Amino acid sequence: MRLRDLRLPRDPRWLQIAFLASFLTVGLSARDFSLWHAPLVFATALATQIAFIRLLKLPEAGLLSPVITSFGLTLLLRTDLLWVPPLAAFLAVASKFTVRIRGRHFVNPANFGLCACMLLTPHAWCSPAQWGEGPLLLLWVLALGCMVAHRAFRSDVSLAFLGSWILLRAARVLYLGQRAPVLLHQLESGSLVLFTFFMISDPKTTPRGRAARLAFAGVVAALAFALQHVAYARNPIIWALFLCAPLVPLLDWCEEILASRKEQPCVAHYSWPSP
Amino acid sequence: MRRALLLAFALTAAAPRAHAFCGFFVGKADAQLFNKSSQVALVRDGDRTVLTMSNDYQGPLSEFALVVPVPSVLTRDQIHIGDRKLLERLDAYSSPRLVEYTDPDPCVVRRAVGGIWPSSIPMMARSDAVKEHAKAMGVTIEAAYTVGEYDILLLSAKQSEGLEAWLRESGYHIPPHASRALAPYVKQDMKFFVAKVNLKEQKKAGFQELRPIQIAYESPRFMLPIRLGMANAKGGAGSAGDGPEPKAEADGGPQDLIVYALTRNGRVESSNYQTVKIPSDAEVPEFVQKDFGEFYKAAFTHAWKKHGQRAIVTEYVWNMGWCDPCAAPPLETAELRELGVFWLETPAMRVRGPAGMPVTLTRLHVRYDAEHFPEDLMFQETGDQQNFQGRYVMNHPFKGEMTCDAREQYLTSVRDRRQREASTLASLTGWSLENIRQRMGPDAPIHPDPWWKSLWK
Repeated sequence: MRLRDLRLPRDPRWLQIAFLASFLTVGLSARDFSLWHAPLVFATALATQIAFIRLLKLPEAGLLSPVITSFGLTLLLRTDLLWVPPLAAFLAVASKFTVRIRGRHFVNPANFGLCACMLLTPHAWCSPAQWGEGPLLLLWVLALGCMVAHRAFRSDVSLAFLGSWILLRAARVLYLGQRAPVLLHQLESGSLVLFTFFMISDPKTTPRGRAARLAFAGVVAALAFALQHVAYARNPIIWALFLCAPLVPLLDWCEEILASRKEQPCVAHYSWPSP
Repeated sequence: MRRALLLAFALTAAAPRAHAFCGFFVGKADAQLFNKSSQVALVRDGDRTVLTMSNDYQGPLSEFALVVPVPSVLTRDQIHIGDRKLLERLDAYSSPRLVEYTDPDPCVVRRAVGGIWPSSIPMMARSDAVKEHAKAMGVTIEAAYTVGEYDILLLSAKQSEGLEAWLRESGYHIPPHASRALAPYVKQDMKFFVAKVNLKEQKKAGFQELRPIQIAYESPRFMLPIRLGMANAKGGAGSAGDGPEPKAEADGGPQDLIVYALTRNGRVESSNYQTVKIPSDAEVPEFVQKDFGEFYKAAFTHAWKKHGQRAIVTEYVWNMGWCDPCAAPPLETAELRELGVFWLETPAMRVRGPAGMPVTLTRLHVRYDAEHFPEDLMFQETGDQQNFQGRYVMNHPFKGEMTCDAREQYLTSVRDRRQREASTLASLTGWSLENIRQRMGPDAPIHPDPWWKSLWK
C-alpha cells in the first residue's frame, strides 16, 4: 500500500492534534511539565470559545481550533502560579474575536496568549531548551515525515521560515568560525519545532497571498535573528511573530491593491498638448 | 482500640511524606567530592552582573592562567579579589543532603513530629616595547592591573591566532588550538580578561590557595563562557577543545562546574541546554549514611548519563532568607553583599524567614566536555519561586520493645519499606540490586520465594 492511499482525516487539524497530543504525552511522562497546566488551559480555552460564539451569535465553528491553541500553550508556557495558564488561554482565544482588522483576526492566538502573559507577569516564561536530545530528534523526524506525507504539515510559511532561520544561523556560525555541532545544537529546541509547524503555519494568521506569506516568514526569521543577536532577547522567535502580526493585514491590503490594479490595467489618458 | 491502632500505623507510614521538608540533617555532598571542579557565583539583576570565579587549581602557581571573555574593558574598580570562604559557604548551604527519621513506637498513638533544624609578565606588559610588540600581533593591551595576588590584563584582539601566539609567547600556559575557541569571541568584539599569579604578591599575601577573582560588569547577555573557561596547564576547565582533537587534551574527560546563581525574582535555568532537577525526596537504605558522598556522586552521574550527558542538573533552588532542613545557615547580608548582591539596599529587603528575602539561590551542576557542550552556557531568570533541594531520606526503624498487636503489621511495613528503598537506590544510582543487598547487611530485604513455590502446597 502506498502512503497516499492511507485514509487520513479530511480536516488536517486532526493530524495536528494527534501530533501535539503525542508530544504532550511524551512531555508529561518523561519531562518536567506540570500536570495541572493542561486541564486548566483546555477548559478555559474551550469555555471562552463557546462563550464568544454564543455571545456574538456566530455560526458554530467547531472546537478544533481552541484545542490546537491549548496544546500550543500547554507545551510552551511555563509558570508557577495557578491563574496564569487560564489567563493565557482566555487571552489567546478572546484575541480571535476581539483583535480583528477588516473582519479577520491576525494575531496568532497561542502566540498572543503567551506574549501577553509574559508581558503581564514575570511568573510566565518559556523554557526553550526543555526537551532532551532524544525526544527532540524524534520530534524533528516526525514533523518532517508528516510534512512529506501530508499537506497539513506542508505549509509554505513553515518551510520559508525554517529555511531562512537555518540560513541565518548557519551564516553566523560560519562567520564566527564555529563548527557544525554548534549549528545542530542551536536547532535542538523544542520551541523551534512547535513554532515552525504549529504556530507560524496557521493559515488564519498569515497573509493570504503566497508571495506575501513567504515575505512574512522571512521577515519573522530576520527579526528573530536580530532580537537574539543584537538585543539579546530571550525567546526571539516567539516575540518576532508577536511583533510582526500587524504585517498580516498590511500585506493583505497591499496584495488587494495590487490585484485590483491588475484587473483594471491603467489606461494612459494622455494626449499631447496641442501646439 | 482497633481504630486507634489503625490510626497509629497510618501516621507512621505517612510521616516522611507529611513532613516532606523536615527531618534531621545528617550529611551533605559538597562540591569537593568532584575532582577538577570549578565554582562560579553568578549574581545578576537586570543587566548588572557580578561574577566570582574559583577553581581548585593544583599545579605550580607560575603556570596558572585564567582567560575569560568579557563584554568590555573593565576598570580597576570593577575587579576584586574575594574570599574562598564565600563559595564554601554557598556550597555548604546548598549541597544535596541526607536527612533521617526514626520511626516512633507503633504502640503509642501520637503525632509524628519532624525536626526543623535551621539551624611576572604583566608587569613587563606595561612597558611600551611590549605594548608595541603586542600591537604588531593584533593584540592591544587595554589595561593592566595588579590586584591581590594576580596580575591582570585586559586585551582586545583583531585575530584569534595573533592572540593565541601572543599569550603563549608571553608565558601564559594555554591549551593547544586555543585560537579556535578564542575566534568567536574575537569576532564578537569581546575583550579578554587575562590573569596570572604574581608570585611576589602571592608570597606577601601568604595565602596557600588562590583566592577567587570577582568582576562586576553590565551586559545584556546572561551567559557563562565555558568554551574557553579556565585555560590552565593541566587542562583544568580547559575547554579549548574547540580544536580538532578535543579528546587528546592532557587529561581530557568531562569537567565539573558548580554555578551558584543569585537573582532577585526566581529560579535560573539554561536557555540553550536542557535543565533538569536531580531526583530528590527519595527514601534510601540506612547504609547510605556511611558514604553519602559516594552515593551522591553515583546518583549525579546516573542522572547526567540518563539525559545524554547534555543536561544541566539543578541541585538546589531556595530563597536565601531561610532553609529547611539547613545543611548550613543561610548567608548573612554582609556575605551576600561581598558576593555582589547589590540590590539589598533597604532594611526590609534583609528580613529573613519563610516569607523570604529578594534573593533566590539556584545551584546548577554542569558536567561538560567539548563534545556534548558545543556552545557557551546561556541562562535565563524565570519567575519560578518554588523551592527545591536535592534531599534523600533515611528511615531508622523503631528499635524498642513492642508489645502490642500492631507489632507484626509494623515489622511487615518496615520490610516492605526496605525492599522499596533498595529498588529506589538501584534506580537512582544504577547500582545492582545484589550489590545493594550485600551492603544492607542484615537489613537486606529477604528474597521473596518464587510464586510457584506455594502453588501446590
